[in-house]
Amino acid sequence: MTTIKIPKKIEDDFNKFCEEHKIKGSEKKKLHEKLKEIVKKSLFEPGEAIGVITAQSISEPATQMTMRSYTMASQAGRLAKVTFGLPRMVEIFDARKTFERAMKIYLKEEYNNKKDAKRIAEKIKERFVRDVVEKSSIDLLNMQLEFELSADADRDTIKSAIEKYAKSCNVSFRANKLYIKPEKAEIKDLRSLKNKILETHLSGIRNILKVAVVKDGEDWVIQTSGSNLRKILELPEIDIKRTYTNDMYEVEAVLGIEAARNLILNEASSTLGEQGLDVDIRHIMLISDLMTKDGKIRSVGRYGISGKKTSILAKANFEETLKHLTSASFKGLRDELRGAVENVMIGNVAPIGTGRVELIVDPKKLKKISGKKS
Amino acid sequence: MTEKTKEVNFLKNHLVPKHELLSYNEAQELLKKFNVSLKQLPKIKQDDPAIKHLNAKRGSIIKITRKSPTAGIYFYYRVVI
Repeated sequence: MTTIKIPKKIEDDFNKFCEEHKIKGSEKKKLHEKLKEIVKKSLFEPGEAIGVITAQSISEPATQMTMRSYTMASQAGRLAKVTFGLPRMVEIFDARKTFERAMKIYLKEEYNNKKDAKRIAEKIKERFVRDVVEKSSIDLLNMQLEFELSADADRDTIKSAIEKYAKSCNVSFRANKLYIKPEKAEIKDLRSLKNKILETHLSGIRNILKVAVVKDGEDWVIQTSGSNLRKILELPEIDIKRTYTNDMYEVEAVLGIEAARNLILNEASSTLGEQGLDVDIRHIMLISDLMTKDGKIRSVGRYGISGKKTSILAKANFEETLKHLTSASFKGLRDELRGAVENVMIGNVAPIGTGRVELIVDPKKLKKISGKKS
Repeated sequence: MTEKTKEVNFLKNHLVPKHELLSYNEAQELLKKFNVSLKQLPKIKQDDPAIKHLNAKRGSIIKITRKSPTAGIYFYYRVVI
């Protein structure tokens, strides 16, 4: 009989309860025995088909989620275009690489006020040349580009930003205008050069497209649309501990696979929680553990977890039946029939629960026993 | 600040749990206790930012102290690949 180890949280809660109700000595011991029994009963038995239970526990509430809740533009404290509800769940479990990224940036205590937050928000916002240009035109007579700059434009930063074009062009400032004259150019080239210059990164942090300063409880928080975790964490004013992004690939690259696992867990449970759905967190833990099992993020779909199954029948059962069956017959692969799905398909006893264990009889010992009896 | 201390500094983020490197003896004990082989353990990349400063070799085991709302604290193990 193995001894039952009570989880730390339950042990702590038990001790707290005993202290509150002044339970001591033998009474406490008796109660502890009972607690052990309850914990033992609540444990899963070997061979329990936990994945199926998880799948049902998540997908049943998910059927009740809002289907097309994409934007909530004017809602306070939320920037436009943050996906939530069912589409967000799909994004998380599909481990999509393109989605609406967002960050929540917390500041260090000394910067935790409205003024500094606004200043930092302005600083990190990505600006392009087009943001400081009021009017742009092509001067066909002189074969040059003409940009009318806005009043707050800083010429030095513009100059260094478009430095890479300076080699082949003649860059000059006159009054509030910026002239760029390529040494040799056709009209077509001028046009593409104009677009290139307007899209040139000027200041701020790349991919931080929109910023908003919001008061969240005691803190002033900068919410952004777009995300760049590494560059943000490098800023001296940022509270590294609490700053948060919803991009799991970025987290994986900067903070490691365990952090990515925690992010998937947080995002999935908060998405469900927002919709008022109560799913036990252990189910989501199981999925996030499975998604990060290989040291990198894998999606739940056919290119991820399901695609990595060893059984051909199980893969064929999921998606792209023909592809898997034909490729398996070309290669002459074998299916060992070890998993649950393939055994259900061919009508065998699936290795779940009592089907998981097999009886092996030692004939010598059997003879001994039967010999004794007869 | 050098690049390395910067990266270690990032690990103060609330998403990152504590990573520890198990010694050879501890690792063998663990494998015996759970009756598993190294291959069956979950994996972690050698250049994972969270274990870069530990200089773990391939095949060694990382002990991760996770916080959990249901169990308080529990341990998770990953093998370095």
